[in-house]
Amino acid sequence: MPSEPPLIEVRDLRRTYVMGAERVAALDGVSVAVERGAFVAVMGPSGSGKSTFMNVLGCLDQPDAGSYRLEGEEVSRLGSDELAAIRNRRIGFVFQSFNLLPRLDAAANVALPMVYAGVDRATRLSRAAEALAQVGLAGRTHHRPAQLSGGQQQRVAIARALVNRPSLLLADEPTGALDSRTTAEIMGLFQQLNRQGITVVLVTHEADVAAYAGRVLTFRDGRLIDDRRQQPLEAVA
Amino acid sequence: MNAFDAIRSALETLRANPLRSALTMLGIVIGVAAVIAMVAVGSGARDQVLRQIASLGTNLVLVGQGSIQRGGVRLGAGTAASMTEDDAVAIVREIPEARVVAPYVRWGLQVVAGNQNWQTTLYGITPDFIEARDWDIPAGRTLSDEDVAQANKVILLGQTVVNSLFGGGDPVGETVRIGATPFTVIGVLGAKGQNTSGQDQDDVVFVPLSTAKRNIPKMAKSNPRFVHAMVIKMAEGADMEEAQRQLKDLLRQRHRLAAGQEDDFWMRNLSEVAATRDASARALSFLLAAVAAVSLLVGGIGIMNIMLVSVTERTREIGLRLAVGARRRDILMQFLIESTTLSVIGAAVGVLVGVAAAILVARLAGWPTLIEPESIVLAVGVSGVVGVFFGLYPARRASTLNPIEALRHE
Repeated sequence: MPSEPPLIEVRDLRRTYVMGAERVAALDGVSVAVERGAFVAVMGPSGSGKSTFMNVLGCLDQPDAGSYRLEGEEVSRLGSDELAAIRNRRIGFVFQSFNLLPRLDAAANVALPMVYAGVDRATRLSRAAEALAQVGLAGRTHHRPAQLSGGQQQRVAIARALVNRPSLLLADEPTGALDSRTTAEIMGLFQQLNRQGITVVLVTHEADVAAYAGRVLTFRDGRLIDDRRQQPLEAVA
Repeated sequence: MNAFDAIRSALETLRANPLRSALTMLGIVIGVAAVIAMVAVGSGARDQVLRQIASLGTNLVLVGQGSIQRGGVRLGAGTAASMTEDDAVAIVREIPEARVVAPYVRWGLQVVAGNQNWQTTLYGITPDFIEARDWDIPAGRTLSDEDVAQANKVILLGQTVVNSLFGGGDPVGETVRIGATPFTVIGVLGAKGQNTSGQDQDDVVFVPLSTAKRNIPKMAKSNPRFVHAMVIKMAEGADMEEAQRQLKDLLRQRHRLAAGQEDDFWMRNLSEVAATRDASARALSFLLAAVAAVSLLVGGIGIMNIMLVSVTERTREIGLRLAVGARRRDILMQFLIESTTLSVIGAAVGVLVGVAAAILVARLAGWPTLIEPESIVLAVGVSGVVGVFFGLYPARRASTLNPIEALRHE
């Protein structure tokens, strides 16, 4: 059986920022592969380059040098419209601060990526309702973010990330604004989605969050210094 | 993102901030309303002028006796006593373009009916005068050649005189007196309103030229053929300049004026006078429209201002939209459609306000206004362009944001 290419394959990734007179190497030659269906935590202190790594993986930023293959396709040199299409169809983002649009209800927030995918309105609404049911918010479709708890807001954001059926879910400190019980619930949701086949990469600086992952990448000074596989902690559903 | 979604999204955004949206639109509302109302006022004024030109009759030349100088003192129009009925006859004979020549005398005097009296202007005329000036006779009959030949004591009254002497009742068959002489009213003149100088053209009475000379004491002059002036109606499409030049040559020759001598008559082309007034009315409406256009511009700047604020406030939203797959042009379109929606809704309200203002001005101030459909199309079109133009810079700014920084924006 010919081996399927890894979902993510980066080689010698470099990204340098110019801050005033100083040049900061946020990524200084990072090479790693993530297979389809993995649950990976990215750790490291602030300034270690883990956020830049996430931005590059999410096609929000482009490396100065090196290669990034997503599902076997080189994406590090694509134009901005092509990157937008990749973010739209193949990647789902979850942020620490949820980033829901306050004046839209849960369903409309979830439907937002489909607006840019050219999906018609009726289909958008039915798929948004499905996605909300998938994250356990079936009864909350017409609530606005302000009427939802932090955990519920993050679930809406996860539903939004899932709605275009991406192959990669990128989460940047998704539990940073949540209490420990809600954190456990959200991590449980990520594990559940991961078991359904979606690849999850999440950035965190908390070891107990990283414990839910099957693999932990640790960054320091723009380099990958540790790549460890582990038995994930099972969230109590 | 299709246009329909974009417009829906724009409307939702504008509804989220109703007061701000309303205040932003206000600039455009005022601009569009101003354009429509101002153009309506300007067009109304022009329309009035054009109607006055029509009421003067087209292709009319007025020739009158001029002033004479005595010891360096110019004694004023009409002192030369130079024009005669023979001049009129000669003009008809010599100038092929002259279709109708209507000599007349005129004098300000008092007319009396019963216990009412009225100071007005009397014209001693021939039937040609009525024809040349296109007067209607809505009641009674017009002057006949017989009336002139027999010097009948008959009179036609203008509307203003009818109102003053008879309170608007039917005067035909009644008698009015001028001095001691009784005249029978044979007809009423149709209303013409004010002329371009603001004089009431209906404050007149007409009697036969011959009757005026015989019976009005002030008219007694040394020369029984004397007239004050004459109205000359040229053929339709005549070269007025050429006709006037011929007229001038003929009169100078008949009055035996030497080459260096000044004219002893004056000549005016009424449509020239009216054209000058039309031009100034045009200039007025242009000026009003320009002032209004400036307010539209100010409204556009207001939109740009608020769109810039909006882009800054919604930086995170823009970052998120980019992250979930919006292309830069989707963001550009979103903000352009928002600014254009603001200006177009503002324009629609402005049309209503402008039309209402034009009607109010007509009702309250009594100015004639004429709402031009073109001005509505123009104002709405311009505000659409204003929305796009002034929305472009904020929208470009939004669409070129770096998504990573935008997502981090506090």
